[in-house]
Amino acid sequence: MTVYRGIDELIGETPILDVSQLSPNPNVQIFAKLEGSNPAGSVKDRIAKAMINDAEARGLLTPGQTIIEPSSGNTGIAMAMIASQRGYPIIVVVPESVSVERRQLLEIFGAEIIFTPGEQGSNGSVRVARQMADENPDWAFLYQYGNDSNPRAHYETTGPEILRDVPDISHFVAGLGTSGTLMGVGSYLKEIKKSVQIWAVEPPSGENVEGLRSLDDGFVPPVFERWGGQDLLDRKMIVRPRESIECARLLVKEAGLFAGISSGAALAGCRKAAARIESGVIVFVVCDYGWKYLSTGAWTSDLDSATASTEKIIYF
Amino acid sequence: MPAIVRLPTVLRPHANGEARLDVNGETVGEIIDEIVRKFPGMETNLLGEDGSLHRFVNVYVNDEDVRYLDKMDTTVADGDELSILPAVAGG
Repeated sequence: MTVYRGIDELIGETPILDVSQLSPNPNVQIFAKLEGSNPAGSVKDRIAKAMINDAEARGLLTPGQTIIEPSSGNTGIAMAMIASQRGYPIIVVVPESVSVERRQLLEIFGAEIIFTPGEQGSNGSVRVARQMADENPDWAFLYQYGNDSNPRAHYETTGPEILRDVPDISHFVAGLGTSGTLMGVGSYLKEIKKSVQIWAVEPPSGENVEGLRSLDDGFVPPVFERWGGQDLLDRKMIVRPRESIECARLLVKEAGLFAGISSGAALAGCRKAAARIESGVIVFVVCDYGWKYLSTGAWTSDLDSATASTEKIIYF
Repeated sequence: MPAIVRLPTVLRPHANGEARLDVNGETVGEIIDEIVRKFPGMETNLLGEDGSLHRFVNVYVNDEDVRYLDKMDTTVADGDELSILPAVAGG
């Protein structure tokens, strides 16, 4: 057994679990990449570490400097964990519609939290963080949506881990947020194995962003555009909260896997893919585990009320 | 039977406040043309200068993004649901 000397050394090299019992097609296997096993609990640990290391190496982040970041939760939590160990004060700008557990974790890791109106979704947090970064040029603004270290972390670690562990992969399915996971893993996989299909799942988040004044307030992450997202993805689909919860429950029941709600959405995408192909091997990302969503009642309330409370929060 | 088109809050003012429209058309392009014909104020909101979809608009047929299907040529069957959503941030 290795003894690790810092919590961030535990990031990455996550296990893969065969959950093919959930495949609707006996000729299609489904494998779950368990990113919830990262120390701060999500796939975002990888990009937080990569962005901070890169900024340090380039002299953009110096000892004691304050970090500011917009996040719907997981990136902020991961960055706060690392920042707490390296002595950086951190301010995380989050929509007030994130789950209470996400807020609590940010507090636990010592982040200062600034809330933006829930009806503006993550777009509101991006806008406020950008404005604050402009007003405070001495702060470090690593900006996950536009930082190439985000997809590069997945190109260099997540992608190679997946191909090494599942060389027969035919489809990769992941949630679309900053697009970092899909761009990085997708680029790596297609470079080595051109036939791999890349499928994105997303929540119907644009429906809940009531605070958008005009479409010009819309947002496509710079990372998605720079990494050629439109050519890289083969499919992109919405999975709604009800189906996401149903699939998250199935993962518990059939595989003993307590995955987060967005992972339920990813499984739903896998099942759709599996039903459409003759045979194949699908790998999907369990971006986090279920702990942060217990307050929604996703596993404990009846489906209608769990769906209603999930519709009110950002869970991707 | 026409397709059911669901509009996001931000576009409803351009469609007399409607959240749902019933529109005839066999492709996404035909349906969008029909919407623009009925509600000319929608044009600059839905389409870019080159006639393709506005960069901050995503159109889904039965929850699948048409940019990864046949774009404007994506076929729409009777009773299909076409959702128009603004592009927003995640993560």
